[in-house]
Amino acid sequence: MNTSVVVHQVDVQALPTLEIDAWRDDLSTALDDGQRAVTLYGRPLDDRVLITAVLQAPDGSLRVTRTQVAAQVGYHELTSQHPALHCFERELHEQTGLRVAAHPWLKPIRYQGQQQSAMNAYPFYRIEGKEVHEVAVGPIHAGVIEPGAFRFMCLGEQVHHLEIQLGYQHRGVERQLLVGDPRRLAPLVETIAGDSSVAHAWAYCAALERLADCELQLLPEVARAVALELERVAMHLATLSGLAADVAFLQGATSYGRLRTTAINTSMRLCGSRFGRSAVRPGGVGLALSAAVLPEVKKNLALLRDDVAIINDAFTSALTVRHRLRGVGVVSRAQAHELGLVGLCARASGVAIDARAQVPQGAWRLEPIAAQGSTEGDCWARAVVRIDELNASLRWLATMVDRHAPWEATRGPLGALKPGHLAVAMVEGVRGEVVHCLETGADGALVHYKVQDPSLRNWLGLAIAVRHNEISDFPICNKSFDLSYCGNDL
Amino acid sequence: MSSFKSLKVRLSQGTQYIADLRAARPAGLRGLPVIGSAPCAEGCQACVDVCPTHAISLAPVSIDLGRCVFCNACAEVCPPGKLEFTTDPRLAGSTRESLFVTEGATGALQVRASQAFAKIFHRSLKLRQVSAGGCNACELELNALANVNFDLQRFGIEWVASPRHADALVLTGPLTRNMQDAVRLAWEAMADPRFVVGVGACTISGGLYDGAAGVDRGFLSTVGPSLLVPGCPPHPLTFVHAILDFLGVA
Repeated sequence: MNTSVVVHQVDVQALPTLEIDAWRDDLSTALDDGQRAVTLYGRPLDDRVLITAVLQAPDGSLRVTRTQVAAQVGYHELTSQHPALHCFERELHEQTGLRVAAHPWLKPIRYQGQQQSAMNAYPFYRIEGKEVHEVAVGPIHAGVIEPGAFRFMCLGEQVHHLEIQLGYQHRGVERQLLVGDPRRLAPLVETIAGDSSVAHAWAYCAALERLADCELQLLPEVARAVALELERVAMHLATLSGLAADVAFLQGATSYGRLRTTAINTSMRLCGSRFGRSAVRPGGVGLALSAAVLPEVKKNLALLRDDVAIINDAFTSALTVRHRLRGVGVVSRAQAHELGLVGLCARASGVAIDARAQVPQGAWRLEPIAAQGSTEGDCWARAVVRIDELNASLRWLATMVDRHAPWEATRGPLGALKPGHLAVAMVEGVRGEVVHCLETGADGALVHYKVQDPSLRNWLGLAIAVRHNEISDFPICNKSFDLSYCGNDL
Repeated sequence: MSSFKSLKVRLSQGTQYIADLRAARPAGLRGLPVIGSAPCAEGCQACVDVCPTHAISLAPVSIDLGRCVFCNACAEVCPPGKLEFTTDPRLAGSTRESLFVTEGATGALQVRASQAFAKIFHRSLKLRQVSAGGCNACELELNALANVNFDLQRFGIEWVASPRHADALVLTGPLTRNMQDAVRLAWEAMADPRFVVGVGACTISGGLYDGAAGVDRGFLSTVGPSLLVPGCPPHPLTFVHAILDFLGVA
């Protein structure tokens, strides 16, 4: 086994379909016992809804549970006890019509299907009071950025509650993924969240390869991890550039910005695309590092190492930056845990969760990538963890390129997919775990493709972070999370 | 202390801007495809079969850049190796028909200058970007146009925050149903003269989302784009060439 990412496969026939009450009890008990919900989703099956949950134990192992129930019967909600399930139960209801009885707030995740026309009529949450005023922003924002609507309920300058309305980017990704040959979906998968193309493509390929019993050699695994860490470096630089601009630290804005250019140009040199498109392909890797480009790549990585350190020093020691970011947009460890936040936002609040650390073999065991975290949970913590991760990725990249380059693009044959199997793959993208679940039917064709971008779980974290902060601090809170709209909206 | 650190940043930054955007060729880019004139194998349509967006037609072999996502799959499967992607970023056109690259053709695509718009906007053009289902790749590349490398502001071309201030609406994404009202509002808020720029395979043709459940391209059938910038996403230089050609800027 060389797989560097979390992959779990089950034979669907051998998977017991629990009665709805037994399934609910099992899920609730597992969560009480310290297991974690990785995903929970459903699909219509005849006149019922087939529900799948994927749980992760503290040792990193995955477990799949299943139930079936009539849509109008459904089950009694679990969100009140386990708030981390809020997005899953809302999505389950939205996608299948399943009754989730007594759920505190079945607000649509993305307004898909029949809900689409209802989007503009959405009744935002309201707070009554003489001093209360509302600020509505979006869906179109002031910059070159994706759309989403924010409604602030304020007392004076202070945000009492922020409601985030998403779905404007809903294209219909999941249904589109069931069209055509399942082995040729990589270009589509790369546009689920275009700034996380590599993470999504790898999750897709890892699940697909497990269904086809295809295993990669270690070197292509390394090449994929190089593509992913380059993507992480580029996006962390983009976010830091934006964050610096938002606190008016203009040297940071320009310097992090031009360093991102170096990072994405390195990707382009290796795979033809500044976004790592075609870097990861089923059965292989399109990211080649030939002897001819090796000196240039090493030079770029050395430049990034040196110049990133210089701007990091200026950024983190500037009093204006510290003053603006410290103590703003706090998410406590308890809140991060309760809401089920993932990725960098969770790590900045003291919840150590990173899919790269959950695999005993593969690229990140050849050379461990140091875990980064903080316990403060404020905008400053998210910025510092981002900087630390950026540095760790750059060190890792330099070591791996030194040790393993040159290498060529490779492509192995990928056979038919096993019928009646479910494969779950999890890749640590720039924002957290990217989860893809592919299930084949009796004929080996895909019957369900569930996509989960980490943003789905983290948007509520942003809403909680801005509570009791000044509304003028919203942009820096937002940038410190830097979540994906299209990844949520699918 | 802080001014010393600031000087160190300034020193490391050096000069970042690309002096001649017209001459720049991005190393490694999969840009303009060229189709050689070697004969196709009898009955072979491997490129057509493998294309994720149905961008290729045969006899003669032709690629629709308005659909192409530059994934290289066609070049990989072509037995005689007729297809090749070059680093040339000049891909744009002002009409849908101008975006086809055909067997044996040489030279980059060139946008025909619009006399009417060039006269008004060639020294100052304000752009308002709206993403309607874009995946943030096109958006990031458009953002990059204003960074210290590309510095499109040197031509008086700038992003603005409000459609009220904009001369052109720059669209990305396949146009989702959920953004339909917002796109129309943005367009209606703009004063004449105004035009639409369609960026990326999604906006130009629907691309990978042609016919997808959440997509409604109705707006584009009423307001046709005056300028089309292919790519998935287009490299910033593709946009630079497109807009400068369109405005007749050398």
